[in-house]
Amino acid sequence: MPPNLPRVSASVALPKPALQQVFDNLRAAGFTLVGPTVRDGTIVLDEIARLDDLPVGWTDEQEPGRYRLKKTREAQYFNYGVGPHAWKQFLHPSCLRLFSVEKSNGSWVFRPPEEPPPRYAFVGVRACDVAAIGILDRVLLGGEFRDPHYARRRENVFALVVNCARVNPTCFCTSMKTGPRATTGFDLALTELPEIFLVAVGSDAGSEMLRDTPWEAATAFDLGRAARAMQDVERQVERQLKTDDLPRLLYDNLEHPHWDEVATRCLSCANCTLVCPTCFCTTVVDTSDLRGTKGERIRLADSCFNRDFSHVFGGNIRPNIRSRYRQWLSHKLASWIDQFGTSGCVGCGRCITWCPVGIEITEEVNALRGKAAK
Amino acid sequence: MTSDARPKLAVHKFASCDGCQLALLSLEDELLSLVGEVEVAYFLEASSTTIEGPYDVALVEGSITTAHDAERIQAVRKDAKYLIAIGACATAGGIQALRNWKDLDDFIRAVYATPAFIHSLEKSTPISSHVAVDFQLNGCPINKYQLLEVITALLQGRVPHLASHAVCMECKRRGTVCITVAQGIPCLGPLTHAGCGAICPAYNRGCYGCFGPMETPNPDSLTSHLRKTGVPADELVRLLRGFTGFAEAFRSASEKLEKTAP
Ligand code: SF4
Ligand code: SF4
Ligand code: SF4
Ligand code: SF4
Repeated sequence: MPPNLPRVSASVALPKPALQQVFDNLRAAGFTLVGPTVRDGTIVLDEIARLDDLPVGWTDEQEPGRYRLKKTREAQYFNYGVGPHAWKQFLHPSCLRLFSVEKSNGSWVFRPPEEPPPRYAFVGVRACDVAAIGILDRVLLGGEFRDPHYARRRENVFALVVNCARVNPTCFCTSMKTGPRATTGFDLALTELPEIFLVAVGSDAGSEMLRDTPWEAATAFDLGRAARAMQDVERQVERQLKTDDLPRLLYDNLEHPHWDEVATRCLSCANCTLVCPTCFCTTVVDTSDLRGTKGERIRLADSCFNRDFSHVFGGNIRPNIRSRYRQWLSHKLASWIDQFGTSGCVGCGRCITWCPVGIEITEEVNALRGKAAK
Repeated sequence: MTSDARPKLAVHKFASCDGCQLALLSLEDELLSLVGEVEVAYFLEASSTTIEGPYDVALVEGSITTAHDAERIQAVRKDAKYLIAIGACATAGGIQALRNWKDLDDFIRAVYATPAFIHSLEKSTPISSHVAVDFQLNGCPINKYQLLEVITALLQGRVPHLASHAVCMECKRRGTVCITVAQGIPCLGPLTHAGCGAICPAYNRGCYGCFGPMETPNPDSLTSHLRKTGVPADELVRLLRGFTGFAEAFRSASEKLEKTAP
């Protein structure tokens, strides 16, 4: 590492406007930057290039079934929580052409998808989402069958992580031990202070992206301020999910009457699974032209809340909402652990905010526990 | 072309606006290959020349609103190997089913100069209330690519790929931010059958259910939640009573709301 760049695991102070140089370095290195930006009354994830593409001076209010964007007095860069989008939309797209096929001179010619995916630099990844990407890695790369499409998108990702500056009432990362501060899984991790970013360097690539910026070694004062800020944020997390009796609680209560109760509220609309940063289920659709000489295979995001998801030979194993909600909850918090060795939930709260009727995963577990057969 | 091996297609119209039949004609790029594969034998909207039945496939647009139509649909059924009901009128009774909650004579007196000429049935009903239907294609109007998919699947002897889940799936897949959660706009997407591609929410308008109810609709939960957020019951009744308001799930929900609300 040249002497003008910080070591891996160093913490440095960076004047806020210098983040633009980091963006420029990333772009010069061939990365496509995606990060938070204001659109449609929310903060979505989309391609960005400049600092003023970020939601500077914006914040969000989130509660079950409700999200509102608000202007703030201060011009902070990252003063909001996770939004409706998750990084899986870039790593595990909801619509992906797998191949096309055409009959030519009596034989079938298969064509793989055209262009290679972009090299992404993810800007503003939160700690819970770092954990979610870690879970997707286990699910889609860690087992016997690797998803080559995920692998191609994942291998070159640059992660510019941001430690949370505030929490929403939907967040419960502390229960899931994923946040609000990221300890691993980043190339650079920012903590926003009033006039600087405190930057933790997580990799050589991260250090390299600080080239030509006026970074300075962090002072004890800066480190202290950042640590105190993070403690404050951590204390703000009110929502909790007790996990020490999971997965047993769910397995012991598969016939609990509470599933009927939640089924009166749940719409089986699948929004929770689609916004969840770890739900990975897909379906495959084959299309053909009228004459049956051309076709495509397309992979689409799917959900256990859809009837066809559970259609097997002889019938449907989850015909009603009761069984689908139970599948969601017990997969996320119980059978996921058996399958992949981690919980399927990182406590990001998206499923709570974006459920059109405000169903709260944490409260459903509490209700089961409260009424559980002793 | 007497020994034509192409399957014979018929398009029939009942009480409707013609918009769904037009979906067939608006398949501009695919129209030529379509007529190469099927013989369009009866399609008055496109040609006054007709070929007699029986037909392999009958596309039926419109609802049944007169005694004469109630008889005619029986003949259409007898003449068709596969009968496919297309559009909100044929599958749910259409917008004209709004009269099913009112007194028909009031309308007739208000609208027609000579009410005695009008012979209508009391209710507007979907095709499936009269004859067996082999397949239903929802929408107001139908999605032309779904129509093409149904015809393609029939020609190839496979099941058509038409999802019956909620519009929300399509909304999320296209990356739209939920307008109910982010803006408080009432949206029937969670209750409504996919197929449109979630057009309305992408333009900041709530879904109004034109594709009819999805596979396992739970309207009571959505309406009671929306009422809690301040949407008045009569507004929800109007929302549910649109182009597919007479479909069972929407009908029973709106009737319940009417009973509970002032
Ligand atoms: S289950 Fe809900 S809170 Fe947990 S990771 Fe998924 S969206 Fe976030
Ligand atoms: S909860 Fe449902 S959609 Fe999510 S990963 Fe499990 S089965 Fe798939
Ligand atoms: S829990 Fe909420 S978001 Fe999930 S399927 Fe049920 S109603 Fe939809
Ligand atoms: S905008 Fe409507 S269709 Fe889209 S996710 Fe929200 S409720 Fe569903």
